[in-house]
Amino acid sequence: MAVEFDASEGFTEFAHPERLVSTQWLEDHLGTPGLVVVESDEDVLLYETGHIPGAVKIDWHTDLNDPVERDYIDGEQFAALLGSRGISRDTTIVVYGDKNNWWAAYALWVFTLFGHEDVRILDGGRAKWEAEGREYTTEPTLSVPVEYPVVERDDTDIRAFKDDVLAALGSDPLIDVRSPEEYSGERTTAPAYPDEGALRAGHIPSAQNVPWGKAAAEDGTFRSLAELNALYRDQAGLQDGDSVIAYCRIGERSSHTWFVLTHLLGFEGVRNYDGSWTEWGSAVRVPIVRGSEPGLATAR
Amino acid sequence: MTDELPGQLAEIRTDFLDLPEKDRLLLLLEFANELPDLPARYADHPDLLEQVVECQSPVFIFVEVDGDGRVQMFATAPKEAPTTRGFASIISQGLTGLTVEQALAVPDDFPNTIGLTAAVSPLRIRGMTALLARAKRQIREKTALSAEPGA
Repeated sequence: MAVEFDASEGFTEFAHPERLVSTQWLEDHLGTPGLVVVESDEDVLLYETGHIPGAVKIDWHTDLNDPVERDYIDGEQFAALLGSRGISRDTTIVVYGDKNNWWAAYALWVFTLFGHEDVRILDGGRAKWEAEGREYTTEPTLSVPVEYPVVERDDTDIRAFKDDVLAALGSDPLIDVRSPEEYSGERTTAPAYPDEGALRAGHIPSAQNVPWGKAAAEDGTFRSLAELNALYRDQAGLQDGDSVIAYCRIGERSSHTWFVLTHLLGFEGVRNYDGSWTEWGSAVRVPIVRGSEPGLATAR
Repeated sequence: MTDELPGQLAEIRTDFLDLPEKDRLLLLLEFANELPDLPARYADHPDLLEQVVECQSPVFIFVEVDGDGRVQMFATAPKEAPTTRGFASIISQGLTGLTVEQALAVPDDFPNTIGLTAAVSPLRIRGMTALLARAKRQIREKTALSAEPGA
């Protein structure tokens, strides 16, 4: 039984306003049965410095990733993880985090792979909650473990693999959400993330460069529909009916863009290529383009 | 495995390993909160500090070697990056007061031996490894300088 949606006027212009909640709405609904708040950050200690009362932590590195293979956890592990956090299949999950909800969007995307239906993002994340002087607590949340069904991941709809991207070249639009310097090939890594490099620099041919952060406003909230349309439809040329693939370096920034394209702009069939540049930039014999122009692509 | 560690580092390691895994992050947070502000001579001269670019958040360090050949390490990192602050605090507390020889002998894999890797992930722990490596490099540079005749 889903918790009621946030009917804030600010969200109604989006394709799926039910995917966002405001800070006020969350404060009003804390403690509602059937709602679990999840914090997902870049810094693994941020939650311990203070979190929204009742929130549980899920860390991408240590909780959602397989420790041996480059893949996400499987159905059994996901069921154990969510069940331990007091989340059942019909729980309404609200995710929030640092860095413009970058990792919160990633968590939401992974939950979507497992078909958890009701996952929403707290617009503005930690930054807005703090800026508004809302309550944080350091009190650890004691979850009551519940049953979560073992559901196998379905990667077909929203996840793209390297071969999918190769097949899409020349027919489906690609959005590269990295910085312009990574896109052009001046750098193989983002300045603060030198461990996530690749052997070659540049971008996938035909990809348009829309750095992910452009979709977020100064206060960490998502930009208005008009601003997002200007970015993705006017500048990047996306049109209704397009099957878009978004990528970055390891698929985390691109899941933020995936959220924007899917839930705010209403594009269908958007996929996140999580292998992203750490895979493509080191893969043998895949096409690469340097410079600031998208370049031409043909399917291989 | 690692050789015998100097006092402070051995104590830090024991403190972590003695805790059940789930409490080690809280200890890391304590370290983060203990990171002192930079003394004025560095707070006023950020250009003197070296950035540890391997860390996901901006962290800057400066290592001094005094007349007795003892190391003192300073570090700064933003409060929104508690993990990075915790790492900087551990390495600073561990190295400060050691002789140059002791500091350079600290095993490079020390960060991997304190039972934090599973809690923070191998990728993040590399930040601490980089902090240690850069601190050692600064010590070597400063020691080489003072060894030059007429320096």
